[in-house]
Amino acid sequence: MSGVLDEAPVVLAAGASPRAGAGRPAEKRRRRRLSRGDTLIGYLFVAPQVIGILAFVILPLALILYYNFHEWNVLANTFRFVGTENVERLFSDPKVAPVLGATAVFSIGLVIGNLGLALLLAVLLNRKVRGITFFRTLFFSPVVVSLVAWTIVWGFLLQDDGGINGLLAMVGVDGPNWLREGPTAMLSVIVVQVFKNVGLNMILFLSALQGVPREVTEAASIDGAGKAAIFGRITLPLISPTILLTTIITIVGSLQVFAQIAVLTQGGPGISTTVLVYYLFQQAFEFHRFGYGSTLALVLFVIVLLLTIVQWQLRKRWVFYEN
Amino acid sequence: MRTERRPALRVLFSIGMSLLAIPFVFPTWWMITSSFKPIGEIFAFPPTLWPQNPTIQPYIDALTEQPFLLQYWNSMYIAVVVTVATMVFSAMAGYAFARIRFPGVNFLFVIVLVGLLVPSEVTIVPLFQMFNQLGLVNTHWPLLLVSTFGAPSVLATFIMRQFFVTLPVELEEAARLDGLHRAAIWWRIAMPLAKASLGAVAIFTFLHTWNLYLEPTVYLQSPDLFTLPQALTRYTDAYGGQMWNVQLAAATMTAVPVLIVFIFAQRQFVEGLAQTGLKG
Repeated sequence: MSGVLDEAPVVLAAGASPRAGAGRPAEKRRRRRLSRGDTLIGYLFVAPQVIGILAFVILPLALILYYNFHEWNVLANTFRFVGTENVERLFSDPKVAPVLGATAVFSIGLVIGNLGLALLLAVLLNRKVRGITFFRTLFFSPVVVSLVAWTIVWGFLLQDDGGINGLLAMVGVDGPNWLREGPTAMLSVIVVQVFKNVGLNMILFLSALQGVPREVTEAASIDGAGKAAIFGRITLPLISPTILLTTIITIVGSLQVFAQIAVLTQGGPGISTTVLVYYLFQQAFEFHRFGYGSTLALVLFVIVLLLTIVQWQLRKRWVFYEN
Repeated sequence: MRTERRPALRVLFSIGMSLLAIPFVFPTWWMITSSFKPIGEIFAFPPTLWPQNPTIQPYIDALTEQPFLLQYWNSMYIAVVVTVATMVFSAMAGYAFARIRFPGVNFLFVIVLVGLLVPSEVTIVPLFQMFNQLGLVNTHWPLLLVSTFGAPSVLATFIMRQFFVTLPVELEEAARLDGLHRAAIWWRIAMPLAKASLGAVAIFTFLHTWNLYLEPTVYLQSPDLFTLPQALTRYTDAYGGQMWNVQLAAATMTAVPVLIVFIFAQRQFVEGLAQTGLKG
């Protein structure tokens, strides 16, 4: 997204080139007719998308703000204005702090694990050796395996008597009950997700690395720069826009995690892996509290919004642009 | 000296990469092989890497415990319809935002970009209520409509816009001089050139729709309407325990077809993703 959103809105005008010859009346009339046709086509072309966003994003956003001030129990069929009661509940709910904590731990763990591993793999695989595409395919393959299928297999592998502990037992290690013990449960969810999607970021890094001009790194090498210095001082700054992009995608994606939690741990043990979206789902669709669910949805929205703004500001500081 | 060391290094590199690849490949291997194991062997110690007494019973159970083929069809047709519709509508919107000047175009583009800021999880409660009032809960309409026109489709529009912005103006001017209408220019000139971007949009959209889990869980109640991700988690015995080998057989049937398509179309896949204008 960086270097993309900030370019001037390039809207190419119909007939805006010098060749259009704006002087003569006949030309003018033709141009006006053309642009009138363009206006209609323009509205027609964007209508499905714009109406969709109004109906399925903007209107629902307004509605969660509205529901936020109401108590709405779907089961009891009650709907009444309660003012800021839901917001107050948010601050007195003893589960909110651990839920936000779990969400933060998951996001940070995922970003570090995913971006670190993706960059490492991209650097390792960024060479012209026979069979290199084979390895790229291997690391990318989990991306195309269905998410729930992937999660189910890991759930199977991570059971107390599952494959991972079976393999560990063969080398004499007594593995923990990964998904049922506090610290390892969160670790497991993060690791499963890292392996699932690291291939996507790896591909984006690979294509960025291939955009780094050879001459620059070779010149630095001739000047006596070591490999680490070249990587840190030249390669990293040159691919920083991609690092920013993948960071945004990965953080926002990590806040949306649901299926993995629902399939692997159901938020447990205790509420140690209950992330915000899972908690929102439980409150709204298991306990049927739409009002409080909407308040939690607002929290999620505000977090995403703040993160985007922060990243946007950071972009100016550390993203290097060639031009 | 360099030439002597090279082959050894290459072997070392390959061994290292193979070890690193284990956690990426092993789960899929384990899923496929375990789906052919009788339940007794599934938790055997030491674990068997290849089924000792292969059986297709888990597959028979997977197909009979639930209307699996119907669920397969549900997932498949929803993903295909959403993918094709998204390709068309995102190409239309992306083209208009990039190429056509009309009053309010920038304002409308900002409205659409809001969709990038709002994860669909944020709006799931009011959307459920809206579809409930329309009588569309427990139908596939919410999945089809929201995926095609809602927040998930904004990235597609964005990718298409990024491509159309780079199209040379001269191409369109020539076509206009030949008397082609704007819609014809889009369809006959711009679209054929947008194949790579359309491919990327198709991949993104298909995988996203194929993997949807929260939405079907919220909207669908009848097993006949379930999509695959949702169905996969419902293979439980009378005591609520998971029927692992049946679940793995069903998971294999879900994952392997897409994996095969990927292996054959691997090049387009990776290149499509790499050149979506997302490079930054």
